[in-house]
Amino acid sequence: MNRQLIFGLIAIIAWASFSQAADDVVINAQKRRIQVIKKVAPSVVAVFGRGNLGGGSGVIISPEGYALTNFHVIASSGAFMKCGLNDGVLYDAVIVGIDPTGDVAIIKLLGRDDFPVAKLGDSDQVKVGDWAYAMGNPFLLATDFQPTVTYGIVSGVHRYQPPAGNNFLEYTDCIQVDSSINPGNSGGPLFNDDGDLIGINGRGSFEKRGRVNSGAGYAISINQIQYFMDHLLSGRIVDHATLGATVATDNEGRVVVGGILEQAEAFRRGLRVDDEIVSFAGRTIRSTNQFKNILGIYPKGWKLPLVYRHEEERHEIFVRLRGLHRQSELTPKPRRRRGQPQPKPDQPKPQNPTNPHGADTGPPEKFKHMHVKKTGFANYYFNKLKQDKLLGGLTKLGDFSKVSGTWKLTGKRTADKAPVELTISSKGLGARLGEDYFVHAMNGEPFADEPAGSGGLLAAMHHWKLFMTQEADAFTEFYYLGSEPLDGQSPHVDVLISELTGNETRWYFHHKTGEFLGFDTQLIDDVDECEIRFKGLKAFDSRQLPAQLIIRNGGQVFAAVDLEAASLAAGTVKKKEAEKKAE
Amino acid sequence: MSLNNKLVNSQLARNFLLLASILLFSQNAQAQSTSAAISNVQPRLVKIFGAGGVRGLHAYSTGFLVSSEGHIATVWSHVLDADEVSVVLNDGRRFMASVLGAEPQLDLAVLKIRLSEDDSELDLPHFNLKQVGTASAGTRILGFSNMFNVAAGDEPVSVLHGVVMAKTKLDARRGSFEVPFEGAVYIVDAITNNSGAAGGALTDRSGKLLGMIGKELRNSKSNTWVNYAVPMTDLGEPIEQMISGNFENKPRRDPADNPNRYRVTDFGIVMVPDVIFRTPAYVDSIAPNSAASKVGLRPDDLVLFVNDELIQSVRVLSEQMGYLESGDVLRLVVRRNDQLVTVEMLVPKKEQK
Repeated sequence: MNRQLIFGLIAIIAWASFSQAADDVVINAQKRRIQVIKKVAPSVVAVFGRGNLGGGSGVIISPEGYALTNFHVIASSGAFMKCGLNDGVLYDAVIVGIDPTGDVAIIKLLGRDDFPVAKLGDSDQVKVGDWAYAMGNPFLLATDFQPTVTYGIVSGVHRYQPPAGNNFLEYTDCIQVDSSINPGNSGGPLFNDDGDLIGINGRGSFEKRGRVNSGAGYAISINQIQYFMDHLLSGRIVDHATLGATVATDNEGRVVVGGILEQAEAFRRGLRVDDEIVSFAGRTIRSTNQFKNILGIYPKGWKLPLVYRHEEERHEIFVRLRGLHRQSELTPKPRRRRGQPQPKPDQPKPQNPTNPHGADTGPPEKFKHMHVKKTGFANYYFNKLKQDKLLGGLTKLGDFSKVSGTWKLTGKRTADKAPVELTISSKGLGARLGEDYFVHAMNGEPFADEPAGSGGLLAAMHHWKLFMTQEADAFTEFYYLGSEPLDGQSPHVDVLISELTGNETRWYFHHKTGEFLGFDTQLIDDVDECEIRFKGLKAFDSRQLPAQLIIRNGGQVFAAVDLEAASLAAGTVKKKEAEKKAE
Repeated sequence: MSLNNKLVNSQLARNFLLLASILLFSQNAQAQSTSAAISNVQPRLVKIFGAGGVRGLHAYSTGFLVSSEGHIATVWSHVLDADEVSVVLNDGRRFMASVLGAEPQLDLAVLKIRLSEDDSELDLPHFNLKQVGTASAGTRILGFSNMFNVAAGDEPVSVLHGVVMAKTKLDARRGSFEVPFEGAVYIVDAITNNSGAAGGALTDRSGKLLGMIGKELRNSKSNTWVNYAVPMTDLGEPIEQMISGNFENKPRRDPADNPNRYRVTDFGIVMVPDVIFRTPAYVDSIAPNSAASKVGLRPDDLVLFVNDELIQSVRVLSEQMGYLESGDVLRLVVRRNDQLVTVEMLVPKKEQK
């Protein structure tokens, strides 16, 4: 009897430890969730537009207050908006940059330099079945700005959701979740199980059940946003890209070129109709959708590797991507003509309840200066900040502002030690390469490809001198573009763009160190640029110039020149001209 | 006696300890096993493209492979209303398939992939119909389907997670039509039943097949959408019969066909003919010397309650009769000339056939 009791007790104890163990699993999982939510909730933003124009969500990614949201959340809110954080405080915020195609916007919360931030994750590591937290302000429920958390799993990765109208709001390579995404969640963060930001929630599949969660929500991948990050911080209205070629799947299941523009760089590099696309941007291409997915995550103007097969022969090329839209298509139109149907994008747009924080009081006086209007820009103020930073770094090379006279650079061609002389003045340009001489009189004639095969070395030299001596003022257009991998590879560079009489030059600066690495000058649209790359530095008096200039065209080296001497004359004429201009 | 007890108890305790240690490790293992289950199940799902695309009818649905040579179980729907449908496997391979068998009563169809002459024999990953699982309320589930036609080409279908909320009969409708399937289904809390999701697979967290995701339905009482799956225990056999060619479509099952089922005539009651959707349960005639005549039931009595269940129609009455067992007391409340009359009868023994 006694023994039975003891055995009974053992069974009970065993049972107790069993049930305790089960509880621990549940409790630990819950504890972990609570910790993750506690960690990330302060970075989640409730966005309110001006007027009763609804709102949405966002997430802060830098202590200065830069935050990600959806373009469609702030599309109609004007330059300034109000943002609530879970500390219960309502902050002013200003628009920074927008990506209407990818449905992303960056705004900047104002008034602090120690905002809580979300840690950016790697969305390429996201797997189907991973837990995913969607956070934000669905239905604008959170009057105290405490974000709503919906918890689910990743239902699919690398999903493609077609554009909602005129190539806008296209979700490529996006993350599909069963975490509830509802109106008001738009622009809010999707976190993984560790609380890393893996995407921005933006739309869902809605059909007959009304505009509420129906089991399929979509988040723009954070990796796509990373590619666009500096473009968006530039204050511009940024564009996505096209290869200049259409692709299709043929009968054998290969992805082949269906049509190609003769103006596209891919065409100049040899890509033709019926060629098979093997890989793009380092990813093997297996379907048309996948190609669209990959193309969709890169900004206009990026150079990317493309591998194709032409008549059984494999080719590896680098191509610069063309813009998907014309500038005029990207510039928001103030009012739609009557009778023209408004595209009804397939994404949540909060309608009820009305936004309580949108009293239309105009921009706050204190921050009014932080919004500068300019065509092609969401907010030129932030572009100017970036320009100033990059140009400020140039002063390390010396003061070039007083040497706007004639430049004479002499050296030797690296390959055969032949003498090289470059003369750059406002009256004319000259180059001697060994026994060949090239000149261009500055009489208003358009630049030609001189020396032939260089892509326009003389024009490039002219732009270089203007850039070094007068900086932004010499050009008709001058702006910060964003960042990209130099020559489709590395390093990652910040890019300034200048335009003058139809010639566009891209100026490259090392993204981390700010080092001036070179530039590309293009004579006319859709021809290969003259690419100048710098190697090393050499001091000439108090100023530093590159020790070696590498001159390339269409990716092929035209010549490399070792600089030996430089005479940079002080300019007087230019100054007077500038003064005249000012008058 | 005590020796036996000792053995049993210590074994019990050991089992408990084993269980406890398994559970301690299970948190991590669970995440891994779910991920493994998903990648194990996804290759067994196919996307089906067929008729539709007009008047809001989608032209796509989902199915899952049930044999290595390309038999596919899917939902019986308008999508299959074509000579051939197109089937895209998880790896992006596209085949034509034709309907091998269908049973509208079960919302079930079986397709067979057609191979052209230069195709080599298929050896496809598939669900083993002999190894299906069952679930009850609280079972954690995964739902696999190509809802909203999100996945294209070689993209895997979408996965949702949730739990079984109940296993119960469907009281639901599709448009104005009632659901043909009469058995109990799994009701889940995940939004599994979307456009194109029907024919998808419901599995447990280890990837064991539990059911086939049904069509988009509304609860006929609350008008809310119902997410459900038909248990594989009801579908396995018909699928195998369709594959082997032995399947015979059954005429619409009439509850009255079941010889063991009680009906009103067993008590000597004849109801008015069931002619409309909700024919009121009026008594048409009473057989002389029957149980009903002994308790005084009369023609034109309106049956209101059977054993405290509200009777709205002749059909509901006949359904309620189906719950009776021999030895029960059948209590009827009828309305007669604006009066409520209660009668009780003993349920007689049925002769086994």
